[in-house]
Amino acid sequence: MSIANEKKKEAVYDVRGLNLWYGEDQALKDINMEIEENKVTAIIGPSGCGKSTFIKTLNRMVENIPIVRTTGEILYHGDNIFDKSVKVEELRTKVGMVFQKPNPFPKSIFENVVYGPKIHGIKDKGLLMEIAESSLRSAALWDEVKDRLNDNAYGLSGGQQQRLCIARCLAVQPDVILMDEPTSALDPIATFKIEELIESLKKDYTISIVTHSMQQAARISDKTAFFLMGELIEYDSTSVIFSNPKDKKTEDYITGRFG
Amino acid sequence: MFKDGNLIGKDSRMLKKNAGAKLPKFNINKKRMKNRIFLSRFSRHLFSLSAVFALVVLGILLFDIISESLGWLNVKFLTNNLSIFPEKAGIRGALIGSVYLMLIVIPVTLVLGVSTAIYLEEYSNKGKIANFIKVNITNLASVPSVIFGLLGLSVFGRILNLGSSILAGGLTMSLLVLPIVVVASQEAIRAVPGFLRDASYALGANKWTTVRKVVLPVALPGILTGSILAISRAIGETAPLVVLGIPTLILKIPTGIMDDFTALPIQIYYWTLDTVLTPEYANLAAATIVVLLGVLFIMNSAAIIIRNKFQKKF
Repeated sequence: MSIANEKKKEAVYDVRGLNLWYGEDQALKDINMEIEENKVTAIIGPSGCGKSTFIKTLNRMVENIPIVRTTGEILYHGDNIFDKSVKVEELRTKVGMVFQKPNPFPKSIFENVVYGPKIHGIKDKGLLMEIAESSLRSAALWDEVKDRLNDNAYGLSGGQQQRLCIARCLAVQPDVILMDEPTSALDPIATFKIEELIESLKKDYTISIVTHSMQQAARISDKTAFFLMGELIEYDSTSVIFSNPKDKKTEDYITGRFG
Repeated sequence: MFKDGNLIGKDSRMLKKNAGAKLPKFNINKKRMKNRIFLSRFSRHLFSLSAVFALVVLGILLFDIISESLGWLNVKFLTNNLSIFPEKAGIRGALIGSVYLMLIVIPVTLVLGVSTAIYLEEYSNKGKIANFIKVNITNLASVPSVIFGLLGLSVFGRILNLGSSILAGGLTMSLLVLPIVVVASQEAIRAVPGFLRDASYALGANKWTTVRKVVLPVALPGILTGSILAISRAIGETAPLVVLGIPTLILKIPTGIMDDFTALPIQIYYWTLDTVLTPEYANLAAATIVVLLGVLFIMNSAAIIIRNKFQKKF
């Protein structure tokens, strides 16, 4: 992977002919799309359109559901992530994920952030502390929690918990961050903070975000993909999708005629 | 479902069609409501009565036993060896025997039980075989203890030639409570929310790391609670030990797991049987019951305290 990295390909992900089935039901149909480096890619679409499934395929989390079957390729920096030589644990250190509901561990704030580095073998206390501080700073949470790093993470507010989850994800030094409706459980102020955070993370990370809120997609993303019934209907720069979509279905959806 | 984005048309047509739907008119039956309010009050009293009934029975039992043991239960009773003179008899041997028994039962059931539960909940593919095993473990939990005694007698006592040693008794007791520990641990593990596992996997953790660092710490209070309750059952169980032929009269206090031993419930059993010969044995049995109840009470309280203290909210 490291060699491919040096080539500085523009596309982090190249999805080719991806199909996915839950048992007999096909959830993704022949998806082809590239996800570009250091950009925010929003994925929108009505409930059940496969957008969450798609994003969970990018770090193979979807395989935790036993009945899932896939065909096609997802190239991550040129390597097919479904290849037998790819270790899923390694892929997930490069591709972090933030979930819909904040899901910190019932441990201290500090232990939450350093969970990833610790399980990947870092034992040096000073180094762990440095990782914790820089991750929390990047997640815009350091000032709020620096005096109570040993308190339980569940004492934080929902928005803080979600930023903690982002910090926890940053601590393993990923290169992509997948976000599955990260603000749907949060109030508008907490949502605003997360959106600001996404803006600032963009220069260092490639971000792909599933969202139900079209305003959010319009506000924070560079590119937008519209999914419907498991198909990728349209994928273009966000300004085109929201001002001049080529497909009638995209237009219907973003103008609120259905969904 | 919808096709090709035409859902809009179909959905809005359905909406229009259903818009005029009205609830049929009906009157609330006032007389029936009166009856139902009465029924509600009546059932409340019925339920509290059954709770009181259980408490009263327990109270009578406790009163009976404690009053019979009065004057007999003292420190000497705990530290003296068996004697043919009731005034000098004590339960030192039985106490030590019970402690030894637990030294076998606790590690064996915890290790085997928790491992089995982890396998069934986290590793086994939820297919037919795993289901078959699960159903059978649940069934095993309701097998009468005397059957486990027979199993222990033939497997540990005869085939492995362990006789009526502490090891044979301990392994038999472990088998008896193992299903309870497995089921309790399974439930505790299943109660760990999936989103915590997801968080761990998404950070690149493998299964064992996730189980060790996330699932087990969260499930531990539940596992401990279930295990303590199971182990306290093992302390009080009599039938399997009787079947194994555990003696009541041992002149030698056990010093290792291959020695013969006796245990508290056995002691109670034989003293109760012999009251015809020596009436004071009834008092000794009662005093032993109080000791056993005390041990069970302490263990159950520990289970409750652990559950309350470590219960995590999400």
